[in-house]
Amino acid sequence: MTDQNADRGTIVAGSQQVFKGIFGRKNAAPTGIAGSKSSLSWLVHVSVLALVLLWVFPTVGLFVSSFRTGDQISTSGWWASLGTSEQNVVFRVADPDENRVADGDQFVVTGNFFDEKGGSGTITVWGTSSRAIAAYQAGDLAELKGTETITVDASGAYTWRGAEDEITGRGQRVFATITAPPEFTFENYENMLFDPSNSEGMAKAFFNTLTVTIPATIIPIVIAAFAAYALAWMDFPGRALLIAAVVGFLVVPLQLALIPLLKLHLGTGIGKGYLGVWLAHTGFGMPLAIYLLRNYMVGLPKDIIENAKVDGATDFQIFTKIILPLSFPALAAFSIFQFLWTWNDLLVAKVFLIDSTGQTTVMTNQITELLGTRGGNWEILATAAFVSIAVPLVVFFAMQRYLVRGLLAGSVK
Amino acid sequence: MAGVNLSGIIKRYGAVQVVHGIDLDVAEREFVVLVGPSGCGKSTTLRMIAGLEEISEGDLEIDGRRMNRVAPKDRDVAMVFQNYALYPHLNVADNMAFGLRIRKMPKDQIATTIAETAEILGLTDYLARRPADLSGGQRQRVAMGRAIVRHPKVFLFDEPLSNLDAKLRTQMRAEIKRLHNRLGVTSVYVTHDQVEAMTLADRIVVMNDGRIEQIGTPMELFNNPVNTFVAGFLGSPPMNQMKAQLTETGARVGASEIKLTGAINGNAGRDVIVGIRPEHVTLYPGDQTAALPIQLDLVEPLGSEALLHGRFGEDPVVFKTETNGDIAHLQGVNQVHVPASLVKIFDAETGRALRLEH
Repeated sequence: MTDQNADRGTIVAGSQQVFKGIFGRKNAAPTGIAGSKSSLSWLVHVSVLALVLLWVFPTVGLFVSSFRTGDQISTSGWWASLGTSEQNVVFRVADPDENRVADGDQFVVTGNFFDEKGGSGTITVWGTSSRAIAAYQAGDLAELKGTETITVDASGAYTWRGAEDEITGRGQRVFATITAPPEFTFENYENMLFDPSNSEGMAKAFFNTLTVTIPATIIPIVIAAFAAYALAWMDFPGRALLIAAVVGFLVVPLQLALIPLLKLHLGTGIGKGYLGVWLAHTGFGMPLAIYLLRNYMVGLPKDIIENAKVDGATDFQIFTKIILPLSFPALAAFSIFQFLWTWNDLLVAKVFLIDSTGQTTVMTNQITELLGTRGGNWEILATAAFVSIAVPLVVFFAMQRYLVRGLLAGSVK
Repeated sequence: MAGVNLSGIIKRYGAVQVVHGIDLDVAEREFVVLVGPSGCGKSTTLRMIAGLEEISEGDLEIDGRRMNRVAPKDRDVAMVFQNYALYPHLNVADNMAFGLRIRKMPKDQIATTIAETAEILGLTDYLARRPADLSGGQRQRVAMGRAIVRHPKVFLFDEPLSNLDAKLRTQMRAEIKRLHNRLGVTSVYVTHDQVEAMTLADRIVVMNDGRIEQIGTPMELFNNPVNTFVAGFLGSPPMNQMKAQLTETGARVGASEIKLTGAINGNAGRDVIVGIRPEHVTLYPGDQTAALPIQLDLVEPLGSEALLHGRFGEDPVVFKTETNGDIAHLQGVNQVHVPASLVKIFDAETGRALRLEH
């Protein structure tokens, strides 16, 4: 569950926003007659709601699960952990031969199950036999064989009392039903992120992924911004052909280029490594980047650029001082695209980056391996998965306002 | 400060020629208005002066220097666009400073220039605002300020007032005129509004279909249009034009004849167009006036004046007359009178004015 779905959810929600940001300007005002909402807009609302739910549920589930222990995950679902949980536990009274205290002609062992065994909660019902685990309420006095009695109260405190030959040997067993408040632990994260001895940890893979992703987002966007400006606003022979070529490259599946590119990398000495994966991501991301940015830039008011020309700006100055600031929504939109894509990428990393040393593994690869070796350990998988989606979540929420903001308002009438 | 000289300027887009040889000399400190209907090539001509369009043929000189191949940034002109073209991500001060910073003017000098200009334009309180937070008139002023701070050789205006409402337009028009009187920068101004042209220009250039129809001062063009196009373009409402035929003593229009004082010079029998300015007619006959019988179908009161819409023969005509506070007496008008000396005669085929010697 979860990892795959949650990631896809992020991308779907992200691209919704992106397309709103990029194309929203052109076909704004979706309502038909003034004042009345068309049925289409309800459809849109319902779809958005469905998408949001589709995205939120697995994410929250993953988040909650990553703070639970393996035992908790196997006994109840993540939704149950948000309320109080009911658990059946077996306690044993402390060793009577060491702890008993004389009280008149009887001996008494007192103590607290939670103090001795750990854990917390409230005992509701309890029993002394596995066949009747709910025989007594908390605080009741149970009369056992002979003069032997035991009482257990809600806080876990017990008093076991009886004759000398009864309060000896092994301690009395108590089957208790306890309701425990929600209980969460950071143990999974400590284990997966901060334990240097854990070879399955995510820390190294996390930084490797960052090492791949950040340059693989910045390099193509810088190149593409220059290219997009030239294709949108500079006159040179062959411009239309170049634009057509970019559109053509959009539909080329990247799988087509994997092996030839790898051969090229190995042949030219780039080899497998970060440089190779940056170049590959740059190449694969470039057509979409140029296409999106060029379409955005070409929609900027012509007058502004002409005015800058008359004002004395060179093409480079127009690009840096006018076009780049005004294209910020498109740049943000594309960087989110590219970031998410490279962050979630497994294929390109496997082909161009990960070698047999395993030193350059990325998180997606690490999770795949965990699925194979620790497939049953949900707490590990959930934590690993949440670590891998945390950054995209932060990026998305931090950047999304730029997608919506209309920088152009007021520049032209 | 410099003159602009255009000689034989031609613009082609591929095989289509849109500007057919413009010759125009704009003197130093002169305010020249290019006016004409949309698609007449006036904006294209302006953009060629700015360097935003390539000149296909001909020579452009600014301040005596040939500019055909010079990039816009090196022509030292400033342009005010119809849409203002303010930089939306910069505030008013930065908008005005943009061109100066690019020219590497020292910072303190930029600050004083902007402060001065903002003072002139009444923008001092708005310097920190973004264009989005300004009204149309304020944006217009920022656009002008951006041109003014540069102290360019030439101002180019591309329909700068057409996005303003009527009241603001009148106000800004006066402000532009005042600014020009104060700064005295050579200006070329494009508009399709003949009122703007008349009020602003030292000289008007009337363009049509990629050609210059006439160049002259506003009153020259108003009084002596060289052809029916110029006659029909300037003036509001425009000059009435009626098909007629010259006779020995005047012009026959339908059944009636307008006596003309000038010599017909043997042109009798020639098909002509008679042009009469709406404001030249009177309701009462006077010396040397010709009577025009009209069928009145509408009276439009404008306050102190009223427009009489009617037909003269087959041609629709509009005349302007004073109301004297009442339009009731105008309802029965069936005849107007025009001084013969103010009647214009144009050739019916070419549309050119025929000079009748008075």
